[in-house]
Amino acid sequence: MKILVAVKRVVDYAVKIRVKPDKTGVDTQNVKMSMNPFCEIALEEALRIKEAGFAKEVVAVSIGPSQCVDTLRTGLAMGADRGIHVETNTSFLPLTIAKILKSLAEVENPGLIFLGKQAIDDDCNQTGQMVAALLGWPQATFASKVVLDKDKHIATVDREVDGGLETLCVDLPAVITTDLRLNQPRYASLPNIMKAKSKPIKKMTVQDLKVDVKSDIEILEVTEPPKRKSGVMVSSVDELIEKLRNEAHVV
Amino acid sequence: MHRFLVKLSSSSNQFRSFKNHRLLLPLLPSSKPFTSSPSVSSSPPRHSNRSWYPYSVELFRKISPLSSNSRTLGVNGRGISSEAGRESIEYDVLIVGAGPAGLSAAMRLKQLSQEKNVDLSVCVVEKGAEVGGHIISGNVFEPVALDELLPHWRQEHTPIKIPASSDKFWFLTKDRAISLPSPFDNKGNYVISLSQLVRWLGGKAEELGTEIYPGFSASEVLYDASDKVVGIATKDMGISKDGSKKENFQPGVDIKGRVTLFAEGCRGSLSERIIKKYKLREEVNAQHQTYALGIKEVWEIDESKHNPGEVVHTLGWPLDRKTYGGSFLYHMNDRQVALGLVVALNYHNPFLNPYEEFQKLKHHPAIKRILEGGTVLQYGARTLNEGGFQSIPYPVFPGGAIIGCSAGFLNVPKIKGTHTAMKSGMLAAEAAFGVLHEGINMNTYWDNLKDSWVWKELYAARNYRPAFEYGLLPGLAVSAMEHYILKGKVPFTLKHGKADHEATNLARKCTPIEYPKPDGVLSFDVPTSLYRSNTNHDHDQPSHLRLRDPKIPEKVNFPEYAAPESRYCPARVYEYVEDEEGKPKLQINAQNCLHCKACDIKDPKQNIEWTVPEGGGGPAYSLV
Repeated sequence: MKILVAVKRVVDYAVKIRVKPDKTGVDTQNVKMSMNPFCEIALEEALRIKEAGFAKEVVAVSIGPSQCVDTLRTGLAMGADRGIHVETNTSFLPLTIAKILKSLAEVENPGLIFLGKQAIDDDCNQTGQMVAALLGWPQATFASKVVLDKDKHIATVDREVDGGLETLCVDLPAVITTDLRLNQPRYASLPNIMKAKSKPIKKMTVQDLKVDVKSDIEILEVTEPPKRKSGVMVSSVDELIEKLRNEAHVV
Repeated sequence: MHRFLVKLSSSSNQFRSFKNHRLLLPLLPSSKPFTSSPSVSSSPPRHSNRSWYPYSVELFRKISPLSSNSRTLGVNGRGISSEAGRESIEYDVLIVGAGPAGLSAAMRLKQLSQEKNVDLSVCVVEKGAEVGGHIISGNVFEPVALDELLPHWRQEHTPIKIPASSDKFWFLTKDRAISLPSPFDNKGNYVISLSQLVRWLGGKAEELGTEIYPGFSASEVLYDASDKVVGIATKDMGISKDGSKKENFQPGVDIKGRVTLFAEGCRGSLSERIIKKYKLREEVNAQHQTYALGIKEVWEIDESKHNPGEVVHTLGWPLDRKTYGGSFLYHMNDRQVALGLVVALNYHNPFLNPYEEFQKLKHHPAIKRILEGGTVLQYGARTLNEGGFQSIPYPVFPGGAIIGCSAGFLNVPKIKGTHTAMKSGMLAAEAAFGVLHEGINMNTYWDNLKDSWVWKELYAARNYRPAFEYGLLPGLAVSAMEHYILKGKVPFTLKHGKADHEATNLARKCTPIEYPKPDGVLSFDVPTSLYRSNTNHDHDQPSHLRLRDPKIPEKVNFPEYAAPESRYCPARVYEYVEDEEGKPKLQINAQNCLHCKACDIKDPKQNIEWTVPEGGGGPAYSLV
């Protein structure tokens, strides 16, 4: 079985970002970028499944500008067998990404597609679900535990939902998106980083995959959230009630 | 590819055991009694008789058949051997640190290999997650070394774009800025972000074939049976705070080089161990190194106030007459200005807080009017060398050499160290190439340093800083004399005062300093600033800041010196909190660390040892 893992190159989680002065987006120039933490978890799970003998190959795929190759190399250094880079300079929204992944899945025929539950730059939490719907495959999102049954071709997945944990059984091929507590991703060791240099990364374009990338969403403006105003200290209950009534108008 | 696959005559096993036992082996007979040279000498200075040194013999190694250890051929036929779960990778030259010195050395080596049609494998390990991520400096860049390294750099697309257009020098009092004739002449120099320049240099080095591995911290030096340095071991990753292995435990790797160059920057952790071990300062009767702490912010200011290329230096307020230091304000591109305060670490008052002094500085009317309406983009801090000529150790040891600020080539009156660091890297590379290819001695690096403009420059600049031991005004007087008349051509060399950690007075003899609260617009609290440095470390790892004696903070630092580490650390790593009995206890927030090394330098009892954390942690500088 082949596992396809989608990884996204995002602003590193520890970096302080700021909005561009023209309000078209976040300033990503001269900013440290890394693999999305949830994508790392997805890749780690795929590698563990391969190491357990349930899969033969783990393919990492990334969609974006030329620097995505660095993200793919990290994935290869962690243990993926080969990479696919769909090169584009446009920043695509989840539906377009899902369409691209659908086309890739039709070419590669994986038994499982792993994604992070969401990317930390847009927090959309949509791509995995959309890929499953486009392909007509079952989906298990927010996975905190994945157990495969090779003979029955099913995966038993514990999902983290608002009410607690939900266990689902999905037929393969399926789409699984990973949540934080699924595993702790491995470090890429130096010898593996060296070996990863010779693993293949295939370059493709959206035209190769015959995907319509016209977006039906246009970002109008990006602004910083309003600054929190500092609180006011009150000296008595009466003053509190007075402020709630006359200033905040909530009483 | 033609490889110099040097197989050391003993199996890798021996390195393992000898690494653990190296402290029991006697030092090489190389550490002979120092050649005594008086501090007042009439001829250029410190040299030592090294011609007898058996170093060159070590290099003619016996190539023996492959050991019995499992040995696979990795990429490009490079020997990767593994035993007991630890892998070992060999290179011709290993460079620790991807800064200006390290990358210049790597590039020079690759240039020489191409010229002489020889194949040399060069590896650079870097503890930052990215090349340039741990680089911070003023920086007004003097391109003399870059002109030698890459003569056609001006035709390329580089981050060196803004020529210095003016040199202003202000003496600050609390309310005024008095313009003085500038002691600096930055014509021909450029205002840059060194982090950006190093990133660019990293790209050039890789183009030439250097292998650069960011995200790996060198935590141990590896020695062979004859106590010669053979490489470094990277730090194990995935160890939890209590010392146990986490599920993603990854053992470190031994990286070996026939020549190892240490380019860790000021107060490099492994370089300091090497200098102590081989007594490299005593070798040439060098003085101790002295340091300063630089704290910097990059601001994006109003277009109308921005004047690209303007270079401003100040002296005086907020520092007092007994504390050496000053500030800088450089206008870069894109409406950015670099603003910083440098405080010499031999200050006397343990209540001094360099970070808070920097916050005060920003409220000075002359500085405030430039910053008003702007936003801070990035923050950072790093120590720098102030010892200059008097403190340069003998930079060669069995197995390699020390280059850049780890040895200490910063020109203090110019406050520039990048060009000399790069040149030292290039000279060491030329010597290393000679060692590997022609069998010469690594001492050639030292000889070539002494023949180069680095030596002349540092010799001429040697008396500026020590003159300030006598106070601000005498210091300024000597500086003026040196600058206009003497230019270093005096028959004496002034000595440094006490070592920085010894210069701190007892708290009871000093007055506490009250610092104003930050206003959130010009001045900020430490957590806000720290956020702007993008610093982070994996929380669940043992603290990389080691206390040699865990009782000293509560027994000495707190009662006698009022906990200076809680004041000089620009990242608030050190805090005293009350324990269950209400007594103060030191809490180390290692996760905040900016890797500046101030604690390693200034701790009164030298109790704090800065060691490397897991690779990839630390600040993520890009604009500083």
